[in-house]
Amino acid sequence: MVGYAEALTDPSYNGQILTLTYPLVGNYGVPDPSVKDDDGISKFFESDRMQIRGLVVHELSLTASHWNLTMTLDEWLYNEKVPGISGIDTRELTKKLRTSGVMMAALVVSDTEIDVEKIKTELASATHYNSEQFMDVVSTKKEQFFGQGNDSVVVVDTGTKNAIIRNVLELGYKAILVPWDTSYEKIMSYNPKGVVLSSGPGDPQKCSNTIDTAKQLIENNIPTLGICLGAQIIGIAGNTETYKLKYGHRGQNKSCINLENNQVYVTSQNHGYGITPESIAKSDFKLWFTNADDKTVEGIKHKKQNCIAVQFHPEASPGPFDCKFVFDELKHLMEK
Amino acid sequence: MPKNESLKKILVLGSGAIKIGEAGEFDYSGSQCLKAIHEDGLNSVLINPNIATIQTDTRFADQVYLLPVNPEYVESIIEKERPDGIMLAYGGQTALNCGVKLDESGILKKYGVNVLGTQIAGIKRTEDRQLFKDSMNECRVPVLKSKTVTNFEDAKKAAEELVYPVIIRVAYTLGGRGGGVAYNEIELHEIVERGLKASLVGQVLVEEYIGHWKQIEYEVMQDYDGNNVIVCNMENVLSMKVHTGDNIVVAPSQTIDNHEYHMLRSAALRATKHVGIVGECNIQYALDPDSDRYVAIEINPRLSRSSALASKATGYPLAYMSAKIGLGYNLSELVNRITKNTTACFEPSLDYVVCKHPRWDFAKFELVNRRLGPTMKSVGEVMAVGRTFEESFQKAIRMLDIGNDGLVLNRVNGKEYTEEEIEYKLSHHDDQILYNVAIALKMGISVERIYKLSTVDPWFIEKIQNIVTLEDRLKKSELDESLLWEAKKLGFADKQIARAKDKTPDEIRALRKKLGVIPSVKQIDTLAAEWPAVTNYLYLTYGGHSNDVIIPKDERGIIVLGAGPYRIGSSVEFDWGTVNMVWGLQENGEKHVSVVNCNPETVSTDYDICTRLYFEELTQERILDITEFENPKGIITCVGGQTANNLTPGLAQHGVNILGTAAHDVDRAEDRSKFSAELDKLHIKQPLWQAFSNLNEAKSFAQQVEFPVIVRPSYVLSGAAMKVVWSQEELKTYIKEATDVSPDHPVVISKFMLNSLEVDVDGISNGKQVVIGAIVEHIDSAGVHSGDAMMVIPPWRLSNKIIETITEYTKKIALTFNVKGPFNLQFLVHDDHVYVIELNIRASRSMPFVSKLVKMNLISLAAKAILDKPLPQIPENKWQKIQNYGIKVPQFSFMQLEGADIALGVEMQSTGEAACFGTSFYDALSKGLISVGYTLPDKGTALVTVGGAQNKEKLVATIAKLKQLGFKILATEHTAEFFEEKIGQIEIVHKISEPERKPNISDLLYERKIDFIINIPSTSTLEKYVDMLDDEYQIRRKSLELGIPVLTTIELADSFVKTLEWLRNNKTTKEPIEPYDKYD
Repeated sequence: MVGYAEALTDPSYNGQILTLTYPLVGNYGVPDPSVKDDDGISKFFESDRMQIRGLVVHELSLTASHWNLTMTLDEWLYNEKVPGISGIDTRELTKKLRTSGVMMAALVVSDTEIDVEKIKTELASATHYNSEQFMDVVSTKKEQFFGQGNDSVVVVDTGTKNAIIRNVLELGYKAILVPWDTSYEKIMSYNPKGVVLSSGPGDPQKCSNTIDTAKQLIENNIPTLGICLGAQIIGIAGNTETYKLKYGHRGQNKSCINLENNQVYVTSQNHGYGITPESIAKSDFKLWFTNADDKTVEGIKHKKQNCIAVQFHPEASPGPFDCKFVFDELKHLMEK
Repeated sequence: MPKNESLKKILVLGSGAIKIGEAGEFDYSGSQCLKAIHEDGLNSVLINPNIATIQTDTRFADQVYLLPVNPEYVESIIEKERPDGIMLAYGGQTALNCGVKLDESGILKKYGVNVLGTQIAGIKRTEDRQLFKDSMNECRVPVLKSKTVTNFEDAKKAAEELVYPVIIRVAYTLGGRGGGVAYNEIELHEIVERGLKASLVGQVLVEEYIGHWKQIEYEVMQDYDGNNVIVCNMENVLSMKVHTGDNIVVAPSQTIDNHEYHMLRSAALRATKHVGIVGECNIQYALDPDSDRYVAIEINPRLSRSSALASKATGYPLAYMSAKIGLGYNLSELVNRITKNTTACFEPSLDYVVCKHPRWDFAKFELVNRRLGPTMKSVGEVMAVGRTFEESFQKAIRMLDIGNDGLVLNRVNGKEYTEEEIEYKLSHHDDQILYNVAIALKMGISVERIYKLSTVDPWFIEKIQNIVTLEDRLKKSELDESLLWEAKKLGFADKQIARAKDKTPDEIRALRKKLGVIPSVKQIDTLAAEWPAVTNYLYLTYGGHSNDVIIPKDERGIIVLGAGPYRIGSSVEFDWGTVNMVWGLQENGEKHVSVVNCNPETVSTDYDICTRLYFEELTQERILDITEFENPKGIITCVGGQTANNLTPGLAQHGVNILGTAAHDVDRAEDRSKFSAELDKLHIKQPLWQAFSNLNEAKSFAQQVEFPVIVRPSYVLSGAAMKVVWSQEELKTYIKEATDVSPDHPVVISKFMLNSLEVDVDGISNGKQVVIGAIVEHIDSAGVHSGDAMMVIPPWRLSNKIIETITEYTKKIALTFNVKGPFNLQFLVHDDHVYVIELNIRASRSMPFVSKLVKMNLISLAAKAILDKPLPQIPENKWQKIQNYGIKVPQFSFMQLEGADIALGVEMQSTGEAACFGTSFYDALSKGLISVGYTLPDKGTALVTVGGAQNKEKLVATIAKLKQLGFKILATEHTAEFFEEKIGQIEIVHKISEPERKPNISDLLYERKIDFIINIPSTSTLEKYVDMLDDEYQIRRKSLELGIPVLTTIELADSFVKTLEWLRNNKTTKEPIEPYDKYD
């Protein structure tokens, strides 16, 4: 019900047609995309453009009301040239996705009658989501620097959200955003206090360069935090396996248990892949967080090295701030 | 197992009688709490004098005490039962306040009783204004600028510093009682004085006023380990201006963005952790509509009306979970009751929009101020679920059962206003505010202007615009499939569409079905279909194209209709009836019993009670939709009060099988002419009456039988539009009113018999056998509405002969009308003659009272009767064999209703009731009176003002007794003169209208020199409308506002004084009620 401005610009959703379970969408409109914070990061969005390929909702609010809006969701979609459809029984669609898993889909708009068979054929021959190469699309092409300060943290951009950078800055470090395939040596040339492997779309196995980098980060005991896709990459680097979830975890209300103190936190999540629970035992990691409902892996800690990773989004935006302390953990590792 | 293994027996405090601000929601929360305790194999003891509740059945609780919830009585039960834990969060402010006092007086410590859940220190941090402010500052949650004061001088200083307008809030109170907005010093004085008196601790808060800010609420769960989640957030459509209890509320919030949502969410978690909430709490915020500035207004450290709403809105059983946490469980150990396999430590996601709408009953009260503001005035509420705001909102209006079919296209539509008038109305909220927004839009006033005046967020105004626009299109365009879909998605009822197209609702229904425009049945599953959920919690919507559930072809169950919103005259007793009917059917072998109801403050809408729960409208259209989907064996309409009962003829006409008494037999009882003809055949008398066909005939009838007469429509419960009329002029006005309320049914005028006794009989029949529950006598004389009268079992003024006659009549009538199920008969006893007033073939208000006293669950027996099973052999005088006296006492909420007169009449005005049992009449009565808020002083001063010679004469013995008991008696001149002659010295005091004459009543009231007042309005309670004496009204109103008991009927005054006498030499008994007898 809240968070569409953030979700639609989250690079992790790149390449996807997104449906929202809450039936009324666009109520509070869309804020001004040109507004930047003091560090030059977009103030209200998670990247510089809408990342989704299409939007499916039950009711699109054609009027909106909020002190901070500059346009309606409809106008924003139009400006970004992203198609959407409303009037859909999104609950029924959700049930379909729940039972059949996420699937390839076509969103067709036409003044004339739609030839369903033809569309099906086209869809069948389209590039499958699983085999899409997202990194070229979502990752920064060149290094970017944010914030002031003496010490810095390198954020490896596999499709990062602005909120990750904002959180690094809040810790009191400069943030250096580097392309997804930046080598370990190149990263170390910035002399960072630590490294964050960001979230992002798609299968972690497709990021072999980042996996190699992660291996070296661990080996050299560089304080490292992995988030979402970054967590899976770290997992693979430390000998866990990953798999594709049937319909993933997407939402702002996912409960995770911190196994160190048995506290439960509500987290924001958006991932289609995960670390195989059974593979933890023989890996270099111990389990840190687990999903309270389906017991999937939500966080891991390296047994010896300064390396931690969470499957959920501690940076929130959209979603709850309950797990911001994960960034404090990184800081702790960096200052140790 | 619970973490706290030391617990064995737990005391739960209820909320007492239903009043404005404390209603049936506490039956829901208390029942869930008891259920949670029971499940863990622990013993539970409940104290609650609200007899009409499910929790006071001995089903969930092991011991039930129908006793006042005050420290004195609770202590005596603690001493007797020795519980090791106490739950304070399930009985509203009453239980919470009582718990704080028990702690302060050291009673909890003395008996080693542990407070389970939020500790007293935590409760104080939320309830005491200054402590609250300090706590919020400590955890970086902003609060409003304000100052706590204990006298007017300080209040004045504070108001000047903060700049007017300021809002005054009262510490330790409920429903915002006694608070108000002051725009100047004069208003400040009035509100502060009243507030200081209403506060238990004599303090009020003066605060900057932020009426136009958004009012947002969060429901928080937290366990002993500090795990916490937000279960629901809600937004109030009418901003901060209107108390949330009187507000139209949506869940989830609609107009705040991700940043604001989570900013407030984090603050809620921070605040509740800091004050130490364990279990459930509600936190209320004000949010600036022009920035992200916010302040926390208050935290309720207990279950509340909002939490009941949140439970029903999300499917997350907050009260149950909260009780489990109180027992020591950790949130992550508890399981989501809907999915049965996911954790309770999560935040529900909704894929629908919920709209709560309050129900007001202003029409019942003379002189009442209808303005909505910081004091809650509504008596009940409904909750609607839909997939658009418009759908939910228009459904909610229909659920209110106030004769409207939606926001527009009603039978009676809004008046015409000038621009000036409508602008005034938009800025001064009353119960018509959103109708007025619609009118303003039709007048072409801009959304922006309406927002500025009304502070209703433009988003909601735009939604109302959608409804208004569609109304116009319905009128002007051809009704094709797409327009029908659009209308239905925006919540238009067939009746509304029919009105626009000048067709009948049946024609629209037929057209819809032909075109396939039918609603879908969707689940409320706490997680928006993301996980599979085997939930039976359902609603219907046009925002979908497929059903979530399938009913197996061979499964043919029974549907029980609930009672809709609580209102004056239809309250928790009908929820008790609904739930007991479900259980009764199940106990008699029915496997599939579903419920339809729309009141979030009920036990009947707990989804673990029945096979399928439809949180839906109780309208013909919707019940037909549901029966078409369910294909049930039959449907039961006789336990849901008048709302359900009124649907009977229409449903029967549409081929729905009504279980219980046949529709045409019900009609024979409801139709006055038919009913009268039957009684004539049985040679049973009734007061002279006539059905009205035109005004002149009515006038001549009234003249013939002599005024006063009673005017009423034939199909209306609880005296809506029922009036005692004393003159031709009045007759004209009231007949018009009565025909407005019930246009399809004739108006009946009957002779009003002064000086007679009223008697109720509750019973069950299966058409062959008749079981009499009890004969119940009204203590007040006829003319006081039966819902407002004190009642006693066994009757204490009726002769054996009269009782025999009534028993005989009852049996004859029940059999003549082929009653199959519950019925209630009302008699009038006048000069030793028995007259029948009316027969209600349905569950009645007094059935829980009768059932519990006589230990015979009438609704269980009704279930047998309805299923055509033989009734057990029960002697017709079973009720006479009961050793105890039972007395039911009404609870009034006049304090909430600014301006309302408290003198009783034929319109029902009480909001609830308490009943207590005892070994004698006065044993039961004294406990009953204390339960509804009377203090029974053993010494002090009484003011007596009695109008009319006859009344004075009747009170001589009473006043003499009072004097004999040592009370000082004050009276106004004429009254004093009269009594002095008979009983000696009486002090004269002067009327409020003569302030220059001293001693003056007004001063004495303010100085608290009067302990109680006997104020019998002139000549008769009923003539007050002809020539109401302002002075008497002033006395009643002022005393009420100052919390001084006023006795306004002769019978009450007499009983009250005799009770004081009884208490001199006796102590009240404190025994638990006994369980119902078992019948196979």
